[in-house]
Amino acid sequence: MVWTLQSVLFIVFSVVAIFAAIMMVTRRNPVTSAMFLIVNFLMVAGIYLLLQAQFLAIIQILVYMGAIMVLFLFVILLLNLQDERKLTEKITYTKISGILLSILLVFLLSYTVYYGFYGKYSGMSENSESIGTAQELGRSLILNYSFPFEVAGFLLLAAIVGAVVLAKKKFE
Amino acid sequence: MPEWLIDLLIILAKIAVVHGVLLTGVAYSVYAERRISGFVQNRYGPNRVGPEGLLQPLVDVIKLLMKEDIVPEKANRRIHAMAPGISIVVALSTFAVIPFGDKIELFGRTIQLQIANVNIGILYILALLSLGVYGITLSGWSSNSKYSLLGGLRSSAQMISYELSMGIAVLGIIIMTGTLELNKIVELQYGWKWNIILQPVGFIIFLVASFAETNRAPFDLPEAEQELVGGYHTEYSSMKFAMFFLAEYAAMIVASAVITTLYLGGWQFPYLQDFGLPAIVTSILQVLTFSIKVVALVFFFIWVRWTLPRFRYDQLMDLGWKVMLPLALLNLFITALVVLLLN
Repeated sequence: MVWTLQSVLFIVFSVVAIFAAIMMVTRRNPVTSAMFLIVNFLMVAGIYLLLQAQFLAIIQILVYMGAIMVLFLFVILLLNLQDERKLTEKITYTKISGILLSILLVFLLSYTVYYGFYGKYSGMSENSESIGTAQELGRSLILNYSFPFEVAGFLLLAAIVGAVVLAKKKFE
Repeated sequence: MPEWLIDLLIILAKIAVVHGVLLTGVAYSVYAERRISGFVQNRYGPNRVGPEGLLQPLVDVIKLLMKEDIVPEKANRRIHAMAPGISIVVALSTFAVIPFGDKIELFGRTIQLQIANVNIGILYILALLSLGVYGITLSGWSSNSKYSLLGGLRSSAQMISYELSMGIAVLGIIIMTGTLELNKIVELQYGWKWNIILQPVGFIIFLVASFAETNRAPFDLPEAEQELVGGYHTEYSSMKFAMFFLAEYAAMIVASAVITTLYLGGWQFPYLQDFGLPAIVTSILQVLTFSIKVVALVFFFIWVRWTLPRFRYDQLMDLGWKVMLPLALLNLFITALVVLLLN
């Protein structure tokens, strides 16, 4: 591995992201957890930038940090959880299987990262600079992947209609 | 000196100058607000410190620094201290992508009068605007006070609602110009082809949404003094309060700069490039044009605050979701249709 500015930044971003993820899971206070999740999202956006995917990076900030996490925080504030410190943990089968699966995932990811650095696909492809721009992304979404794109759009529309229906029911 | 060091120094110089001008502008827009409100309400306003009260901002800063910093006993101290910082960082860093002049040639180098020329400038601005809500929401929650919490909740609902129409209004410009780069958008507004003339509805929507995003009257519900004492910053004092104040006015100046760039032609003075003036004079005039436009908009922000009464909360939500959003969508549809037919 070569020590370039990019690889140093990658390590900084990933270490902070992993640290924030661990803190997010282990903190008792939901607002603190939410804050660490925001830090994690920011670091992931940084990693996208290193991969020349500026559009994806900014959308990560705009959608996840700017919209979804604000709603999360909004809900946490409205619920105003007081007794979160008294919660006790019980070890169940779902948790054990979850732990096993995450260990498997860690192995899979480290394998991928290892090959990313040393294998024959290491480094970035030649046209990586143009792939991440908004123009290229839009073109391939409309031309090559129009069907999945439309399906995703339809799904979102259904979700919006569902949300409106649920909200109306409550007031009647 | 090596090349990269010179580049780095130029960038640092640009950052220092922009921050200096911006913070001075913030201090004097507070002064302007107080003087203009005095004028509107037929009284004097601060006019004692220095000629016409011009040294008032300096005295205010010293006063705020000397005050005792009080944190409520049951507050979440860390987040309470962090919130004003988030507000001000977000407000100031939005300015990074705003072009305040064309390229200039200095000592054989071309210098772009913009801190960072990113090719997704508009999205960067929208992303940072959407982060602005954190400072207010977190300060409201961490103070452990009912007034602050209500202010914080109101602001998050309000900002999410108006962000939508804001983003959709900007889409009109993106469709017309076909670029996300702020520099190119300004260049395309050559002569009188300002976007305010091509996109009047989009301009009005963006302007109204900017008022809501910066929590300025008539949309200042997050701090509505008569109902919430002071809203999200009720429990703040001393320099932390000053930082919220600073962030609010910085956000106002940055919003004016964004509106100028997107709709009012940025640094373009109609046909200035064809006058045949020396390049350096043209550049200075362009920066001056940009500053005058921004100052005029800041004046407009202040003028509106002392003219219009505050909206009721349900009226605010109705306006956001039932008027602005459909209007913005219609504007987008018509723009797309016209662009399609003209091509």
